[in-house]
Amino acid sequence: MTKFLTSSLGKKTVMAMTGLFLCIFLLEHLYTNVQLFFGDGGKSFDEASHGMVHSIIIRIIEVVLFFSIIVHVYQAVVLTKNNSDARPVKYAVNGVSKTSSWFSRNMLLTGSIILFFIVVHLYNFFLPYRITGEVVEPEAQGEHLAERVAAALTNPYYAALYLISVLFLAFHLNHGFQSAFQTLGANTKKYVPILKMAGTAFAILMGIGFASFPILFFIFGEEFLNWNL
Amino acid sequence: MEGSSLNLTLKIWRQKNAQDSGKFATYNVSDISTDMSFLEMIDVLNEQLITKGEEPVAFDHDCREGICGMCSMYINGRAHGPWNGTTTCQLHMRAFKNGETITIEPWRAGAFPVIKDLVVNRSAFDRIIAAGGFVSVNTGNAQDANALPIPKDDADASFAAAACIGCGACVASCKNSSAMLFVSAKVSQLALLPQGQPERIDRVLNMVKQMDEEGFGNCTNTGSCEAECPKEISLDNIARLNREYLFATLKK
Repeated sequence: MTKFLTSSLGKKTVMAMTGLFLCIFLLEHLYTNVQLFFGDGGKSFDEASHGMVHSIIIRIIEVVLFFSIIVHVYQAVVLTKNNSDARPVKYAVNGVSKTSSWFSRNMLLTGSIILFFIVVHLYNFFLPYRITGEVVEPEAQGEHLAERVAAALTNPYYAALYLISVLFLAFHLNHGFQSAFQTLGANTKKYVPILKMAGTAFAILMGIGFASFPILFFIFGEEFLNWNL
Repeated sequence: MEGSSLNLTLKIWRQKNAQDSGKFATYNVSDISTDMSFLEMIDVLNEQLITKGEEPVAFDHDCREGICGMCSMYINGRAHGPWNGTTTCQLHMRAFKNGETITIEPWRAGAFPVIKDLVVNRSAFDRIIAAGGFVSVNTGNAQDANALPIPKDDADASFAAAACIGCGACVASCKNSSAMLFVSAKVSQLALLPQGQPERIDRVLNMVKQMDEEGFGNCTNTGSCEAECPKEISLDNIARLNREYLFATLKK
């Protein structure tokens, strides 16, 4: 097993598996966020968040999630370094853009932007809610999570950062999703077109889905939490 | 159809030997027929250089009919030039415009050190094959062709993988200098046939181990290799290699 994990193919398998796990997390996160649109002042969203914090299963998955992010990032840096070292003398003229997509060649760039956003995102929401207690549980008096979200998303700087990060997330997923299946060996002639399409569809869904929050809150303000759609 | 002729500027990588740091040299060639192959154009240049008493450009070539995989040249940023599915000898000068400047570099990869000018050492591929890219057979007469039933689809996929000529264009064009397309083709051609079964697990483990030791990069599924492969080896093979390696690890 150690041999597998230190081999080129093993490292890629780890990237693929952690990547796909993070994709599942994105779906879950989107599902929770959509509850901000329920027009109940963020009550559903707050309760859903509260429910997750107090679920032992979610807490375990949360540990796996943090572990996955760290492994995915670490492995990405190691692999990119190896790949760069594999060509000590670069080409004077390189037409690689004619044979591969921009998305596939810039996973480190798009991933770095996502990582930066994750750190900011954790600082803004995870830290005050889960660590410092600045944001309180639904039944308590004080600032609730949904209110914190609405306040952040109506801030033009945060909304812009959110939007840009979501765009790069979509770029990252556009290559990453189908690439993970290729790495896991699930790609055969029959499934390649389906998986490529599914990857792009997933990227677009996540892009539009997550972009809707900063866009709508920025346009309509914090009051949007109370809108009955 | 009557061909026309071209006047070209060539920027060619010149490097005395493996130790030399190398640099580009610029040459002009004129009256190059568009019917010539790219290698014939280099022949014309070398005739000029020899006449002038200069060192001709060293380049690998053997069959000149697109099947030996020796003519490793990175032409204007593309392995074997701008055409898809061709080696350099099958690239014709009609692919270029009159007055064009053509940049010619050797394959660039740590695992393929430059020997001289445009010639690189691809022994790393030989060592990968030696690690397991074969079927051990007892001597004796070949058995009857129909004694081993093989599904047509498997035979076709195996044959398509076996078309790999080991030219190294996949490594050269990959942004990571990964040899995965080559190794996957060599693993696939045998994994798909009954003759390849007894050594199937060790083959993939040993070949991947050797590939890693040679210092090739890791595949990031960009697809450049498939696009540049003169034999149009499919990325399907890389998925199969991943599968083979995963199962082999689980079994052994």
